[in-house]
Amino acid sequence: MSGLGAAAGPGWQRDSGGLSLLARGAARRRTLWVSCRSCPAASRRGGAAGHSGAPAGPAGHRRQPRDPARALPQETGEQAECPARELPVCMAEKRRTRHSQQAETECLSRWEKWRRTSRKSLKKALSEVKGLSSYLVLWRRDIHSIEGKFGTGIQSYFSFLRFLVLLNFIIFILMFSFVTLPTIISKYGLFNSTIAYISPKNTDICTIYKPSGNKGLVYFYTYLKDLLSGTGFLEVTSLFYGYYSIDAVWISIMRYNLPLAYLLATFAYLALSFLWIIKRSVEGFKHNLVHDADPFQSYCNKVFAGWDFCITDLSAARLKHRSLQHELQTDLQEEKLKQKIAERGMGEKLRIYSLRIFINIIVIAILSGCFYSIYRVTVFSQENSNDIDSANSQVNLLVQYLPSMVITLANFIGPLIFEFLIKFEEYTPAFEIKLTLLRCVFVRLASIGVLLFSLWSQISGCGSDKCKPCGYNYKLYPCWESDVGQEMYKLMIFDFIVILAVALFADFPRKLLVTHCSCKLVQWFGQKEFAISDNVLEIIYGQTICFIGTFFSPLLPAIATIKYFIIFYVKKIVLIHTRKPAAKPIRASSSNFFFLVVLLIGLLLAFVPLAFSIARIPSSKACGPFMNFNTSWEVIPDTILGFPTGLQQFLFGISSEAFAVPFFVILCIIMFYVIALARAHKRVVEQLREQLVLESRDKMFLIRKIAEAQK
Amino acid sequence: RLKNPLLFEQEQLFLPVWQICRFCWLFLLVCRLHGRYHEMAPNVVPMDYTKDPDVKLPMQLIINMPELKENPFKERIVESFSEDGEGSLSFNDFVDMFSVLSEMAPRELKAIYAFKIYDFNTDNFICKADLEKTLNKLTREELTAEEITLVCEKVIEEADMDGDGKLGFADFENMISKAPDFLRYYFKKNRVSCILAGMF
Repeated sequence: MSGLGAAAGPGWQRDSGGLSLLARGAARRRTLWVSCRSCPAASRRGGAAGHSGAPAGPAGHRRQPRDPARALPQETGEQAECPARELPVCMAEKRRTRHSQQAETECLSRWEKWRRTSRKSLKKALSEVKGLSSYLVLWRRDIHSIEGKFGTGIQSYFSFLRFLVLLNFIIFILMFSFVTLPTIISKYGLFNSTIAYISPKNTDICTIYKPSGNKGLVYFYTYLKDLLSGTGFLEVTSLFYGYYSIDAVWISIMRYNLPLAYLLATFAYLALSFLWIIKRSVEGFKHNLVHDADPFQSYCNKVFAGWDFCITDLSAARLKHRSLQHELQTDLQEEKLKQKIAERGMGEKLRIYSLRIFINIIVIAILSGCFYSIYRVTVFSQENSNDIDSANSQVNLLVQYLPSMVITLANFIGPLIFEFLIKFEEYTPAFEIKLTLLRCVFVRLASIGVLLFSLWSQISGCGSDKCKPCGYNYKLYPCWESDVGQEMYKLMIFDFIVILAVALFADFPRKLLVTHCSCKLVQWFGQKEFAISDNVLEIIYGQTICFIGTFFSPLLPAIATIKYFIIFYVKKIVLIHTRKPAAKPIRASSSNFFFLVVLLIGLLLAFVPLAFSIARIPSSKACGPFMNFNTSWEVIPDTILGFPTGLQQFLFGISSEAFAVPFFVILCIIMFYVIALARAHKRVVEQLREQLVLESRDKMFLIRKIAEAQK
Repeated sequence: RLKNPLLFEQEQLFLPVWQICRFCWLFLLVCRLHGRYHEMAPNVVPMDYTKDPDVKLPMQLIINMPELKENPFKERIVESFSEDGEGSLSFNDFVDMFSVLSEMAPRELKAIYAFKIYDFNTDNFICKADLEKTLNKLTREELTAEEITLVCEKVIEEADMDGDGKLGFADFENMISKAPDFLRYYFKKNRVSCILAGMF
């Protein structure tokens, strides 16, 4: 190695492992990259061709940290742009570099000087601003400390929670400023505004609506009950759809069309959520497209980036060592399992497939059972909550919360059953996790769907001609949108109560029990691990409720924001006080991309009932901004009819089939093109990888040739 | 008492207010660092650095610092930053080490030093022997020889781009840019710079 270096000519420098022509580039650059050891020798500038190869002889076995340094990104031919402090050389050399840089700046023209200094200060200012803005991020310090103690998997959960808080807050601002604020302004006559209530077109039975807002002296208990179930005094507040029975708001001479604003704000928040989620998931998607393997689970990540350099505590260090050891051992076991699976015989495969089919049938049966029970309970609750008089208030409250309770029970039992069953299906551990998650997602989102379906069957349930006059069941639901809003409100409140109750009554006592009671059974039960996927599904479930419910209850996002805000601190406290950093690593799918995909599925699921309510079910004639329209959607064609003819024709043209079908076809073509492009890029990446291998082989070949030529 | 530390640059004579604050903060950081350096060997390290004394502390003292004590790679870290490669750090090297270890250093610089640290035999490659030593240090030699061999093979399989059976710097940098935990666990953090700052 050293012989080769010495024998190579002055223009050739021996890259360890290869050759590179150092004749290119300024002499300046060479001295910048000189290693520490040659510092004293490097006081002369330029022309020192032998620097990197100089200590090739007796000191050849000493370290030569120049190869990594050469890999620093530098523009070819130009003065090195990076500041001296970012060079991986010793302090004396950095000082020299800085002097040389300053000396060169002196020789430049004034214009060059000014350009360079302004560019540097701009870059610095930008990085300062970036640094400062990262300080303004909500909960930056909390999430940082969680990451340090519990790892990136759990940290991704909390980052996701933070994202949801922000999303809900923005949705709330949107709905509030376009719907609630004009209403409040005009109701109190601020800014010279007047309100124009909707006068019903025909006063028939459909328009009778008498919400029992509490008048006079009532028990405190009634207030609490109303708060929890959204009835009573809460029903007539701006929380629910029924409050907004306003045709227009006049602010001096401007007319603000509230029904149109209501509908457009709904579309706006749906579109905003959609775009924001997609924007956030693009990063993860790009990564998944090119690299099939999960980067968290790669061996390199564990070996080279596994040790936390901030550990200063002996017990934490021991825990980390053990955790790394377990992770690597589990990975190796998984490899062995994969090999075993690949070597399965025919008979074995048949047995396993039939077992899997059987288990899937069981799963489907369980799910159908859950959904049917949710349906029955919802119907029962809707029918009976209006019948029982307020004397049996407790029972009434219980009956009203029955659907929420059944859904929560299903969401709790379902994952346990799935986890138990999947062991028999003998998949690889990674696939096991994915499939269980998929099933849990399905249970959670589908249960909301079933609830809404049962509600709709009640509302449009027209057995015995109940809904002939109005198109919906006006007797039970004079203002059915408020009713749906109330159901969503109840779901959200109950979800929140359950999360708090589980934290208070399950986690803390369990921790106390484990710490103070040393009987074998309790110790075997042990402290609960923080199940990332379960917690994430919980909050996605809550968010889906919010997406659906905001149309029926415009202030619901505010409640969701406060709920998630409090949940953050509750979960953080529970995590810090009752969970210890896992000795065994958490093998859940903790990628942010997965969470966002499930949230997107929840959002798309929310589109369906909303589209149905807005476009198909007749809007209630007794309350709300769409009293005088057939359906809520009708306000849009109505407004368009008020536009100038040209614009009208254009808009009608866009929504006709003549436009929609070609548009759809073009979209499909673009999508196929982009998919083909992605595939082509992936192929190019593979080819480049192969090329790298070939190139290094060429290098080896050339070195051998040179060595032979030397002899 | 210290000469102009090389942790920042001043291109213009007129410094905006925030740069003055940053200057002060960095200066205090360096003073605090000097305090830590001094307290490791009060008899050897002078308080007055204006004459640029040539004082080096041996590796044994430095790896007993609380920040490095539990780190399995502490010897390698100190060796990478020492001028002579034997592990004795002058004050300049000491400041250098903490500056790279802080959250202010860019990713590329950290990757370079990470490579140096994992390269136990300092041949500019991370070969199988280096990997074995790394694994043993990480797991405190709890893995069996077979497991170690398997893991080494897997790592080289994942990261080796040019097919020479060992990781050059290009391979390492490419791999580390994809490793999500690198910037999070590695050389970062509030804690180190908090120790430096002492006032937060």
